[in-house]
Amino acid sequence: MSDLQAQIIGKLRGGIYKRGFLLALIVVFYVLLITNLEYVPTRLSAMSIIKSAFPPDWSYAGSVFKGMMESINMAVVGTVMAAVLAIPFGFLAAFTVTGKKGSQLTKTLLNADRSFPELLLAIIFVRAVGLGPFAGVLALGLHSIGTLGKLYSEVVEAIDPNPVEGVRATGANSVATTWFAVLPQVLPEFVSYALYRFEINVRAATVLGFVGAGGIGKPLILNISYRNWDKVAMIMIVIVVAVTLIDAISGWLRSKLV
Amino acid sequence: MIRLENVTKNFPGGVQALKDVTVEIEDGDFVVIVGMSGAGKSTMLRCINRLVEPTSGLIYIDGVDITKVRGNDLRKVRAKIGMIFQTFNLVKRSSVLKNVLSGRLGRTPTWRALLGLFPESDIELAIECLDKVEIRDKALVRADQLSGGQQQRVSIARALCQEPDIILADEPVASLDPPTSHVVMRDLKRINRELGITTLVNLHFIDLATEYADRIIGLREGELVFDGPASEVDEKTFAEIYGRPIREDDLRGGVVEDSSTDELAGSGAYSD
Amino acid sequence: MLTVTSRSTLAEMKAQQNKGLLARHPWHFALLVFALVYGWSFMKLEVDPIMFLKGFPQMGGLLRRMWPPDWAYIPAMIGPLAETAQMALLGTTFGGILAVPTVLMAARNVNSNRGIYLAARTVMNFIRTMPDILLAALFVPVLGVGPLAGAAALTLFSFGIICKLSSESIEAIDPGPLEAMDAVGSGKLSQIAFAVVPQILPQFTAHVLYVLEINVRVAGILGMVGAGGIGMWLNTSMALFQYRKAAAIILMFFVSVMLIDYASRKLRERLI
Repeated sequence: MSDLQAQIIGKLRGGIYKRGFLLALIVVFYVLLITNLEYVPTRLSAMSIIKSAFPPDWSYAGSVFKGMMESINMAVVGTVMAAVLAIPFGFLAAFTVTGKKGSQLTKTLLNADRSFPELLLAIIFVRAVGLGPFAGVLALGLHSIGTLGKLYSEVVEAIDPNPVEGVRATGANSVATTWFAVLPQVLPEFVSYALYRFEINVRAATVLGFVGAGGIGKPLILNISYRNWDKVAMIMIVIVVAVTLIDAISGWLRSKLV
Repeated sequence: MIRLENVTKNFPGGVQALKDVTVEIEDGDFVVIVGMSGAGKSTMLRCINRLVEPTSGLIYIDGVDITKVRGNDLRKVRAKIGMIFQTFNLVKRSSVLKNVLSGRLGRTPTWRALLGLFPESDIELAIECLDKVEIRDKALVRADQLSGGQQQRVSIARALCQEPDIILADEPVASLDPPTSHVVMRDLKRINRELGITTLVNLHFIDLATEYADRIIGLREGELVFDGPASEVDEKTFAEIYGRPIREDDLRGGVVEDSSTDELAGSGAYSD
Repeated sequence: MLTVTSRSTLAEMKAQQNKGLLARHPWHFALLVFALVYGWSFMKLEVDPIMFLKGFPQMGGLLRRMWPPDWAYIPAMIGPLAETAQMALLGTTFGGILAVPTVLMAARNVNSNRGIYLAARTVMNFIRTMPDILLAALFVPVLGVGPLAGAAALTLFSFGIICKLSSESIEAIDPGPLEAMDAVGSGKLSQIAFAVVPQILPQFTAHVLYVLEINVRVAGILGMVGAGGIGMWLNTSMALFQYRKAAAIILMFFVSVMLIDYASRKLRERLI
């Protein structure tokens, strides 16, 4: 065995030992994490729940539908509101528009907004405008401005500067330049991201009802606490079907855009 | 010994890539397969290790019909056949050594492979193979840091690491420049001479074919139209194989002298 | 004065006129549909902007009652905060572990078995439809109140997201190395380990870190349905009208989010 061979084998073996040791540490860490999970055991078993969930309560479907529709409506209005309001933020957060400091500031602001869980916002808004879907709309909308603003800013930063130069060179002012050179590049992507956010917001909307902000969340959480598993199953079915459909439509629309 | 009997390959869509090809290749032969693009060269090569399934016909390797082999037995057959691709097919993010070691995967138990615990003998073998193509100093370098010619030499090393009986090379030099092409062809020829590995090379450069082949097989539109020693071949024969007069882009060009190439190859001084 | 070019443009325009109304103005049609959907939703919700304005002072009142946060409460929050982080970490890890085989099975360029592919895709799509809090609300009756339910919910939630993101990466890999591993006679698992994993590892890691960031934000809330972590305390304090305690909790939550974001960014820089 030549020197090089011995050297390489030594390096490889050493690397394996190091990695093995690291892995062992991580495994120990995780075992500790898992065994320290406290919980209050229930008197229910998963089996009994599943058994009483089937067959689902089909008669309940009508009111589930209405509830789901309300959630979807909430998501539509909330997302549109956010999609529009996020546009100026998107530009402000792009370093090609406001420079390093300005964009950093806006991005931090947007980040804070993103981090604010929708459920929390919903609670606050329920206090402000009362129970019902309006609070949900506001919560969804306000939260989405954060994510959409950040995504928009990435689009703005990535635009092709050549058409902008071209339009500017004809003597157009900033507004006209934006309208003719920037917007056509940027709008399809904006809409695509808005649709993506819509898909997520539909899911979020189903849950906001937990705190009284409208939609199917309220009946859902009530039925869970009353252990009406067949009704819960019905609601779940409607949610899964609706979300899958909306995802499919939205996905198709998005593929047509970009 | 490799024997193809009446091998035919039809692709969906009506393309007949191989039509009733029958040919016999002796152990230790250095055979170059020529023909225009689409003549069926690549298909024929890939039938031998069954990356492509022949529609009909038989293929014997050392007396065993490999068209019927499946599962583990197929893997064993493939382990003894090394393949070199036009696009090198190395794992770009992995080191040269890891790429060469992957040649042993046909014989390595899965658990060893997944943990990366190749036996020492495998690692020694891999380094020896790197030696044979004069690239051992790049052993721990990431594959995508190498030039095209160096990458192809790594893939030759990978094939060697399989300790194969047969090497199949599918347009090994099409992505390389003329001097490097000659280096790679010389390496293949040298390996064939020194280790006695049966070598089949697809080329569409006829000057490389005449320079390096012992035997030449010509395909046109899926049919075998020529099979004979390289010494019997001239430009007219090629024109017949191609079915048209020979053009300049059928030639590789750029002959390099032996001794100077050795120097350059060792120091990696020229760019590929 | 009509040149040749303008004549052909005229012909094009005439052809355009003959297309259907819809095809000629796809954007206008889309806008119409959109306006209809939006208007309908808006009306259905009986949204009252006046209420919104009236509600401001109420919101203000709430926020005033939350200030200043109850600083003394913060040390008591460290335990629940750690629990929240525990849930997020476990959920991300196990979600990722479950995602690896699933996403490989759901990639057509890796898995040739159609049945397994469809099964994997269906599972993926089904789990992806459910938001985090919903999963938590479903797990609490089964696994009891506490972070176990939260960790389980986050596992499935992470699984869904990681699968979606990674399946797009896998479909975009270079098929060459995979073909080479096939030619070497490697088993399927080894092929994946040597040819697929190195190509997608950086992206997969980025996805996992991204999901970790989401989970940390989400884990804080899961407690509101009883799934452990800081959320449960938030619930209690809000229910008892202890707004200043609630404010302290929210503050701590933000701090922990920022810390983990920072750590995740540093980790990502070191890996790439």
